Parts: sequence; structure tokens; C-alpha cells
Amino acid sequence: MAILMCLAGVSSAAPDGARLFSEHCAVCHGDKGNGGVGTPLALPSFLASVDDKFLRETIRHGRPGRVMPAFPKLSNAQLDALVRHIRGWSKQPPPVFSDAPVKGNVSRGKALFASYCASCHGANGEGGTGTGVTFSRQRDLPIIAPALNNPGFLAAASDELIRHTLQFGREGTPMTSMLVQGLDEKQINDLVAYVRAFENSYVTEPEPRDPIDESVIIMESPYTVEETVENLKEAIIGQNFLLIRTDYLEHGLVEEGKENKQEVILHFCNFKFLFDALTIDPRIGMFLPCRVTVLERDGKVLVMAINPLYLSRLFNNDELDNACKQMHQVYAALIEDATL
Amino acid sequence: MRWSKLLLAVLLACTWPTLFCAEGGMVMVRTLLPFPEAMLALQESIREHGYTVSRVQRVDIGLTGMGYKTDKYRVVFAGKYDEIRELADKVPELAAYLPPKIAIFAEGEQTILVTAHPSLYARIAGDRVDPVIFDRWESDLKSILHDVQAAE
Repeated sequence: MAILMCLAGVSSAAPDGARLFSEHCAVCHGDKGNGGVGTPLALPSFLASVDDKFLRETIRHGRPGRVMPAFPKLSNAQLDALVRHIRGWSKQPPPVFSDAPVKGNVSRGKALFASYCASCHGANGEGGTGTGVTFSRQRDLPIIAPALNNPGFLAAASDELIRHTLQFGREGTPMTSMLVQGLDEKQINDLVAYVRAFENSYVTEPEPRDPIDESVIIMESPYTVEETVENLKEAIIGQNFLLIRTDYLEHGLVEEGKENKQEVILHFCNFKFLFDALTIDPRIGMFLPCRVTVLERDGKVLVMAINPLYLSRLFNNDELDNACKQMHQVYAALIEDATL
Repeated sequence: MRWSKLLLAVLLACTWPTLFCAEGGMVMVRTLLPFPEAMLALQESIREHGYTVSRVQRVDIGLTGMGYKTDKYRVVFAGKYDEIRELADKVPELAAYLPPKIAIFAEGEQTILVTAHPSLYARIAGDRVDPVIFDRWESDLKSILHDVQAAE
């Protein structure tokens, strides 16, 4: 009976926004919406300047290439429950914006954007860099400038919402009121028109991220394991990496000294590269530490490393993809150098 | 007795989704514990599930040692010898990913844990090993992360 009650409760009850938030959102946005890897949704000025449609469509579409994933499988009822939960952090009624387009001059808007917006939002509206954790940025900047050219943003934000944000800014963030900065209503409309024109630079549906088939970068070495390891050490230093240590695959799993000596792992690091990568996305611990594995199988010596591009597809982060391309080249070069 | 076990399984199934966030192969959870307590809870639970913590990579120590500002950040490697041995023998290229690891880092007074979903390893292994090993990893991973979140 208890089982039936449990199952019935799961299947028939209205979606629980708090539970959905805990399940899908809290890990990045914080359990109370204070932000982290994700933006601080509970910020009063944020909730006062976005309508429910913006929240709903943002959850549905995400921000392609900008960490925030899409949740296309959530039902409308679940989206509504999530929005209600998020709204619970503010006592103010949500704003309501019309979907009517704002008319303005795109050319004039472009010039204004370069003067007033580009320093934070990027020359082409690509937004600020990095995600939200402590060492990614200063904590006194609660929101990284959003990517205004992102198809997810443009699908979620109405012209009226953009205009409202330009008019009033967002207290507690670097986004200040354009009225206070001296622009008039007509100029603000021109800016809205320019931001909306970013839509023209994207296809309606963004291309899916290319699948990467190769999970590892792997080559066969003509040398012995010991010789290959020595070659790798030289190559690592030659690529300006610091060799951290050399150990065995079985390290820590068997008594010290009894590890299989034909399965060697070289750990290395370039701390500047590591710091930059963590700034782009703190979750890259999945990649760490940088290492190359050498092992002997069936008389062949294999040299291998993870393919960073294979993993980076999990992150929905274009910046990280670029860093991983760089790391892929490093791994490939190291392995090639050691096996030539 | 059988009913009580079934009930427990159903209740756990009802509870787990709130603790387990898998987006396309990445598993990420937040715990309200500060970093030191979360780190302790993680290692304890890993051991209680029969795995050996083979190494803890102190990412933050290396970075701060080189003059970079960072919060607490570690990578915990863990595995069972027999399983790692079987996988590395049957799927040599999987050795590049072994032993499995969980990244753990502070976010203010809370802590975040990130790891690869075991299905990532299963995809690489294909049909060369019995997939039951990855099913077991998934089950254990859920349980370990649950333990960390439930710890006080």
C-alpha cells in the first residue's frame, strides 16, 4: 500500500518546483539561488527585470555554448513549477512585458553598443568570459555579462525586456541604467534594435555540437616502456610543462613496490594553463591532472592520453572547447615526440 | 521482508533524482557541507563502498604554490584493484581514464563534486567487458554522493 501511495504521489501530484530546482538547478545556481557556477537567480534586481516567459524559455533553450544547458524534456507544468519556485525568492510581482517589437535604428544602435556596451558584453555581444565560482572572477560582480548574441538569450528575451534592462539597469551588477548614463529613449530603442539584429547572425536552430568519436589519443611506440617514458619526460619539459611525478596505474591499489611496472603514468602541469582552464570552467577536474599513460600489451607499447575534446562536449562551453583543442594538440605533440 | 526491501528500493528511487544530476555524461552535486567535511565524508563513503582511494591530487596546493589564487580543489582517485585490472587488460585505451576520479571543490561555504557518469566508460569499453561493472559503479556512485550530501 505504501508503495502504491508513493508511486501514486509521484505520478499524479503537481510538479514540485523546489524538488525540480534541487534536481536540475541548485548544483550550479545554489540551493537558494545565490549563484555559483551559474548566475544568482535570487538577485532582486534580476527578478525585477525578467518576466516569467524569460525564465521559462531560458530553462527550455538554455544558452548554447555558454554552460547553461537546455532542458527540452521538462513539461510546461514542470517549467511553471520551477518559475514559481524561483519567483518565491522575491516579494515583488513579476514584470510583464509585451512581445511587440521595439522599433529602432540598427546602425545607430551599433555605434551606441560599441560605446556603451561592448566593454562588458563584447564587441559582438558574445558576453563575458568564465563561469561563476570563486576563482573564476571577483565575487563582488554577481553576474558575468550575458552573451546578448546567444540564440538562447534572444529566444527568451523580448524587446521590451531588453529595453527595460537598458532603462533601469540591474542593481548589484555592473549593468547600469542607460538613462543615467545620458542616453534618451530613442537611443535605447536603437540599442534594442541592434541587439535584436544579432538574430540574423544565427540560424534559427543552432547546429548540434559535433560528436567526437575518439575517446583517447593513442599511438604505438617503437621503444620499450622505459625508453618511451624517458622520451615523454623530455617531451613534457620541451613543451614547457612541469613534470609532477611518474607512477604506476596500480598505484595505491596494491602494496607499494608490487605495481605492474609496465603500466606507467606521467603527471605534468602548466599552472598558467591550468589556472586559465579553471577560470573558463571549474568543473574541469574531470580532466585533471594532465597525464600520459604508457603500457605494454601483447608485445606492443601503447602511449595514450584522454581526448580533451571528447570530454569537453559534456560541458556546453565554447570557451572550454577552444582550450581543449589546444590541449589536444599538446597531448598529440607529446605522444608523437615520444614515439618518433 | 521482501516487501520491506522493495519499499526501501522504491523510496530510494524516489529520493535519488534530487541528489543526482547527470547532464550528458557529467554528474554534479552540491553539498551544504564546507569543503573539509565534504572531503572527509567523500573518502569515508568511498571506502565504505569497498573502493580504495588510490590518490588525492591537491590541485589548489599546486596552484597557490605557483602564485595563483584559488579555492580548495582536489581530485580523488578511487577504484577496486580487480575491476581496474580487468578493464585495463580488456580495454587498454580505457587506462587513460583510470582509476575513476571525483573532482571536489569549494564554493564559498558549500562544496561541489563533479565526475564522469560511468556510462562514459561503458561507451569506450563497448562489448569488451560485462557492462554489469559500470552498472555497479553507477549504483555505488549514486550511493556515495548521497552519503556526502546526507553527512552532517
